[in-house]
Amino acid sequence: MNLFEALRIAGNGLLANRLRSALTTLGILIGVTAVILLVAVGNGASVQINNQVQSLGANVIYVYPSNARSTGGVSQGFGTGETLTQADVDAINNRQQAPDVVAAIPIAQSGGQITYGNQNYFAPTTGTTPAFPTVRNYQLAEGSFFTDDDVNARHRVVVLGQTVVDNLFGSTDPIGQTIKISRQSFRVIGVFASKGGTGFGSQDNVVVAPITTVWAYLTGGRGKVISQIVASASSPSVVTQAETEITTILLQRHQIADATQADFQLQSQQDILNQANSIATALTLVLGAIAGISLVVGGIGIMNIMLVTVTERTREIGIRKAIGARRRDILIQFLIEAMVLSGLGGALGIAVGALLANEAPHIPAIASSNFPTPVVSAPSVVLAFCVSVAIGLFFGIYPANRAARLHPIEALRYE
Amino acid sequence: MITLEGVTKTYRMGKLAVPALQGIDLHVSQGEFVAIMGASGSGKSTLMNIIGCLDVPTSGRYLLDGTDVAKFNDDQLAAIRNRKIGFVFQNFNLIPRTSALHNVEMPLVYAGERGRGERAREALGSVGLADRVHHQPTELSGGQQQRAAIARALVTNPAILLADEPTGNLDSASSVDIMRLLANLNAEHGRTIVLITHEQDIARFARRTVELRDGRIVRDERSAA
Repeated sequence: MNLFEALRIAGNGLLANRLRSALTTLGILIGVTAVILLVAVGNGASVQINNQVQSLGANVIYVYPSNARSTGGVSQGFGTGETLTQADVDAINNRQQAPDVVAAIPIAQSGGQITYGNQNYFAPTTGTTPAFPTVRNYQLAEGSFFTDDDVNARHRVVVLGQTVVDNLFGSTDPIGQTIKISRQSFRVIGVFASKGGTGFGSQDNVVVAPITTVWAYLTGGRGKVISQIVASASSPSVVTQAETEITTILLQRHQIADATQADFQLQSQQDILNQANSIATALTLVLGAIAGISLVVGGIGIMNIMLVTVTERTREIGIRKAIGARRRDILIQFLIEAMVLSGLGGALGIAVGALLANEAPHIPAIASSNFPTPVVSAPSVVLAFCVSVAIGLFFGIYPANRAARLHPIEALRYE
Repeated sequence: MITLEGVTKTYRMGKLAVPALQGIDLHVSQGEFVAIMGASGSGKSTLMNIIGCLDVPTSGRYLLDGTDVAKFNDDQLAAIRNRKIGFVFQNFNLIPRTSALHNVEMPLVYAGERGRGERAREALGSVGLADRVHHQPTELSGGQQQRAAIARALVTNPAILLADEPTGNLDSASSVDIMRLLANLNAEHGRTIVLITHEQDIARFARRTVELRDGRIVRDERSAA
């Protein structure tokens, strides 16, 4: 019996009970739609995280003070130390010692209430040096960034991110205006172009000032603390070399012989990217697995209907056997019928899932939230179709085998 | 063509052994038209199942067209049924929702043969249904359905045509009609036909009558008709 004939017979059988076939197909359709949609959401989240992390710059390396050890050798935990100094930054900026580093900047963080006129806003204030836009990959939309002179003279100037501007100024041009941070006055000299990131610590919610100014006016009595050093490698491919150079410089400067005892930690953008990716992959898998459960339920529906069909068509099976159908012929006929049911459900489910994934960003409630745009990937479509057909095969085997094993005499006698 | 030697068949019903055939010796030559008669319970259905290769004897030999099929497995029996036997049933047994043409093609599908449509049309033409090829069983009268079933039985050009009460569900006019068709197939085309019936009137169309009682042949006579 050839495939075409088997398909024709299966099609005939399915058309004979249109409503029943449609309802069974619906079970698989919903399952596949759920898989396609949820995996697309997972993929979308992955793409979103990747874009955000990439916008920070793929060649960026962070140096944190770490595990500061008291004289007793007790670890005080991540980020608690105050082991990084301006001299460390200068050493990393020495091209002889660190040829693969383009620039390194110190960062001093401070929080504080920001006011302009009667507007209030809260954003972290970052103290740094003029290489900040280069290292952190910021563009200026308006005005200019501060200079070495501003740093040396502790000028009270700030550059704002777009979110801060939107919240404080509305339609007013912020350049030249004076804002207050923790009751100290600062003059706005520049505005960063938006980086477009949302959630995950927005890149646009920033206030940047000379590090000396932050030390003098905002961090109070805590002294010249550098909370982190940010360095950028000359290209993403030399990040590893640059990390080695920075580690060597800092170990030498801090007079630490054993690298495991280091009082600082390095983290590259790649590390963050890898972490984010593994989280996103896990998310996609979990979502897919949940949706997969509904596929199994759909498969059980197919098995149920195929068992009913086999019973109903016992006589037909008897006739076919009497005129020469072998076990294999009957088996294939019912397997194909089950696979047509599930494959049809799979194909329609892919179509509905892709349509929903495509339309989701246009739904106002979703568009206005930070919900990731679903991304339907080709492998997930191919996989979903193959899985749906395989479900037909798997759940069709038992009913088809039951049909194939019927004895022709008893089947013919069946009323 | 058909040779049965000491064929017995015993059914087991729980611990009870029910003998259905108790030693049948029968020879049917090519071109014969044999009616097998007997009351219900005489074993004629069991004999038909064995001759039709739907079942195998408990003991004895069954040679069909020179092949001993007594020891064949299910799939081998299916292949034998497909190539050597054409079935005609009491209740027609056409496949529902399937046109006469596709019904008649069916044995050729399982035989994996080519030119099916043409051969099926030819077979339908030979039973006078050339203008009904696309009708479904429900759109045909009883007599027409049985003609389609005969066309299906003939399409593989089998060694024997096995008709099990072919007129049991037909009115008397259609019955005569069908029996004339069978008699004609035998007389003019030399078809070997084995007919199972309990009606004397129907058995008269055959040229040899075999009567069964309690699983044994009690009468075997040829008529001149």
